[in-house]
Amino acid sequence: MDILVEFSPVLVKGTWTTIILTLGGSAVALTMAFITGLTRLSRRLYLRAVATIYLEIFRGTSALVQLFWIFFVLPFLGVTLEPMTAGIMAIGLNMGSYGSEVVRGAVLSVDRGQREACAALNYTRFQTMRYVILPQAIPVMLPTFGNQGIELLKLTSVVSLITISDLTFSAQLVRTASGLTLEPFMAILIIYFILSSCIVQFVKLLEKRMAKGRGLPAGKGAV
Amino acid sequence: MNDNTMISFENASKSYGALQVLRNLNFHVDPGEKISLIGPSGSGKTTILRILMTLESLTSGYVLVDGQQLWHEEKQGQLVPASEKHLQNVRADIGMVFQHFNLFPHLSVLKNVTEPQRISRGVAAPEAKEAAVELLEMVGLGDKLDHYPGQLSGGQKQRVAIARALALKPRIMLFDEPTSALDPELVSEVLNVMRKLAHETDMTMLLVTHEMSFAREFSDRVIFFDKGVIVEQGAPEQIFQNPCEERTRNFLHKFIA
Repeated sequence: MDILVEFSPVLVKGTWTTIILTLGGSAVALTMAFITGLTRLSRRLYLRAVATIYLEIFRGTSALVQLFWIFFVLPFLGVTLEPMTAGIMAIGLNMGSYGSEVVRGAVLSVDRGQREACAALNYTRFQTMRYVILPQAIPVMLPTFGNQGIELLKLTSVVSLITISDLTFSAQLVRTASGLTLEPFMAILIIYFILSSCIVQFVKLLEKRMAKGRGLPAGKGAV
Repeated sequence: MNDNTMISFENASKSYGALQVLRNLNFHVDPGEKISLIGPSGSGKTTILRILMTLESLTSGYVLVDGQQLWHEEKQGQLVPASEKHLQNVRADIGMVFQHFNLFPHLSVLKNVTEPQRISRGVAAPEAKEAAVELLEMVGLGDKLDHYPGQLSGGQKQRVAIARALALKPRIMLFDEPTSALDPELVSEVLNVMRKLAHETDMTMLLVTHEMSFAREFSDRVIFFDKGVIVEQGAPEQIFQNPCEERTRNFLHKFIA
């Protein structure tokens, strides 16, 4: 146990790196999810095509391969990224492709009558999306986004393959340096679990806040 | 064309694939006129309101609102299909009340009536609120401002929807079967509000309804549709007491029986 305490700064640093990767990756993923999900509902064919190509490529290939491309192949094309940036981009772009389908599905789930009411009130398409559709679609997205947040956290461990010392890699370091196996892996098991619990609690809090004052659950009968 | 015409349909047709719902429709509505559109389901009467509200496009023909083309605009001397912007300009004068209310469930009753004023007309918050409270009191819901649509009865929801549409001060109001989704005991509270509007305002009103007795007292003119064409139109007394056409008689007979 003393040895673990001795090595704890390594684990703390790894935890911090994993948190940064998760937050950064989530920011990229959410941005891509909204841009792609909404673009796939556009009336313009070429916009839909671009969004669909991104979706299919990033959903259809492995995150690890995408990471290697961003970190090892892009430099040959003249784009060199810091390991952390490459890691955040790969994780975010990968998870964002899944997220875009969540956004698209939730937007489509809003009753058609809501759009018709907006037309009758002479809203523009942007106003319709901003003030009526998204406020009703986002609560629908939340539970799935919670799941994907946890998926994203677990996905961050792939970055150790491009020289980043994240939480998983730190455990390996401790194991090599100390000769202990059970203790460091037990420690990171618990840390990952705590981090994912934080995501669960955060999403629950958001769901509660959004449900506040909306009367009966949505989707029950005509409104 | 008469200058004094609020709405005109000129050879207007609407098809969904092979199904033709309106056939070469021609009719005019004067400013301030209250008109009821009656007829069997699928006769095309709701489609007329939906075309006016820009929810459905025209297949052929023209629709004019206050002398302006609705589904077309003039570009270099030629009439071309209307842009989104043109539709928005022309439909600003039109309000609609839906069969299924379509209130915004994420907003309180008060916000359902204030937000559209702010968003689509740029009305300042205090004025929007003042107008909303006044309208909600007019429809008898002054005590429900902070409720959410999910907490209201159908009749109350429909009255909020009427207040919401009125808040934008339309010159034309479209009512698409406003009481068809309501429990029978809630119908009269909505009809009372509409009766009041018909008497106290000079708005042009088009009502699609199956409430024949209300259509009779509400309207200046009743139009009977069947299979996408106007079978007969006239003053309510004439249509309901002395219909000329066999089809009108058969249709009305079902309501009296």
